[in-house]
Amino acid sequence: MKYAFSFLAVIVLILIAGVGSQIAGMPYFFGVFVPYVAIAIFLGGFVYRVVQWAKSPVPFSIQTTCGQGKSLEFIKHNRLEAPDTTAEVVARMLLEIFTFRSLFRNTKSEIHDGPKITYESSKWLWLFGIVFHYSFLIVVIRHMRLFLNPVPEVVAFLDWADSMFEIGVPSMYMTTAGLIGGAALLFSRRLVNRHVRYISLVNDYFPLVLIFAIGVTGALMRHFLRDGIDIVAIKQLAVGLVTFSPVINGEIGAIFYIHVFLVATLLVYFPFSKLMHLGGVFLSPTRNMKNNSRAVRHINPWNPDIKPHSYAGYEDEFREFMVDAGIPVEKELPAQKD
Amino acid sequence: MYNKGTIIPGLVIFIVFVTFPLWYNGLNAGPVPKPDLPVGEKECVAPAGEMRDNHMKLLNEWRDAVLRDNDRANVKVGGKEYRKGLQMACMQCHTDKEKFCDSCHTYAAVSPTCWDCHLTPAEAASKKETH
Repeated sequence: MKYAFSFLAVIVLILIAGVGSQIAGMPYFFGVFVPYVAIAIFLGGFVYRVVQWAKSPVPFSIQTTCGQGKSLEFIKHNRLEAPDTTAEVVARMLLEIFTFRSLFRNTKSEIHDGPKITYESSKWLWLFGIVFHYSFLIVVIRHMRLFLNPVPEVVAFLDWADSMFEIGVPSMYMTTAGLIGGAALLFSRRLVNRHVRYISLVNDYFPLVLIFAIGVTGALMRHFLRDGIDIVAIKQLAVGLVTFSPVINGEIGAIFYIHVFLVATLLVYFPFSKLMHLGGVFLSPTRNMKNNSRAVRHINPWNPDIKPHSYAGYEDEFREFMVDAGIPVEKELPAQKD
Repeated sequence: MYNKGTIIPGLVIFIVFVTFPLWYNGLNAGPVPKPDLPVGEKECVAPAGEMRDNHMKLLNEWRDAVLRDNDRANVKVGGKEYRKGLQMACMQCHTDKEKFCDSCHTYAAVSPTCWDCHLTPAEAASKKETH
């Protein structure tokens, strides 16, 4: 049901854009208004979420470590798994962000007769994840050829390298296959693996289906449904959008508006969903803190400011009342001068 | 807000990345390509709109027909016969590769492989002179 709902939602989005963009005057709504609103919500929502996170105190030193922390000299310190300095934390974070090390350690638990539980290394999540994310990154950078005029050499080179197999004309990109295939594999992992399926929610399935649909509409537009896909008109619109002078020249095919509408949906959905792991990976206290709790005291930032109050000070404050009440004091009241 | 020193620069870097096209283009959309149309000729093998969207597929079909299936039968459109070939048909009317093909291809950063084998009209002319 949960995944069926995701497909239904994406189909509704496709119908809205596909039918809506064919109504006279509506291309400007789907081609200009929707993208502007989407990018504004994306940026505003992203900053809002990160600021909200930054406002949350980290009361404890909670880094996750999987190696020997810094200790005595003759005990070998695992610098990556239990970083002690900022440089080591940065190295750990970079490896996490660029190579998804924590997913590489993913294990699969199984119960066998006995009963006996086993844990086995399971690299599929890491493999699908890394193919999917790097494909997506290259797809986004490649799209800059439609937003930048003139096109920088780097983007042109990436475009050439990505289509170097020259399959068909316009030639197929490797990352198109990587993105669509990666999304499909991550989705089927959620269906096939019982443990993951049990904990999967609509908001796990929906982004995968949405990104899958974005990839498929993009590939359809490039390779199959080319009628009305005049790349010059499309680039004029895209460059127009980023220079605040959007124009729609001639009729652009409905598949283009569907593609753009799905991307706009993704951008709007992004800050309010699990997709915020783009920003969140940098703000994970379990990864970005130093494992130096033996050397440096971690102070809870929300601790109230309580001044020390010694017994001597206490007695100074309440001596009269204590004497009145007959409580013994260490230092008597000064002799009264009559 | 905690860790202002890293959060704010991080957010600034992110926003600059996302809005990169804005800074790169500098609010200037730049020139729109205006390919030189052939003088005198009005008809192509297909209507202009269809050629704009699908010319690459047609060229690939012709290439496959000629080079792989040895099918050099002329294409008849509207009483006019065209020989199957980039240089033999297309470039007869669209005589200037730089002013026709390249104008849009450069704009959209498309690098077709046609000219890996074919000679552009300009190159062909220079070859003739040296021989």
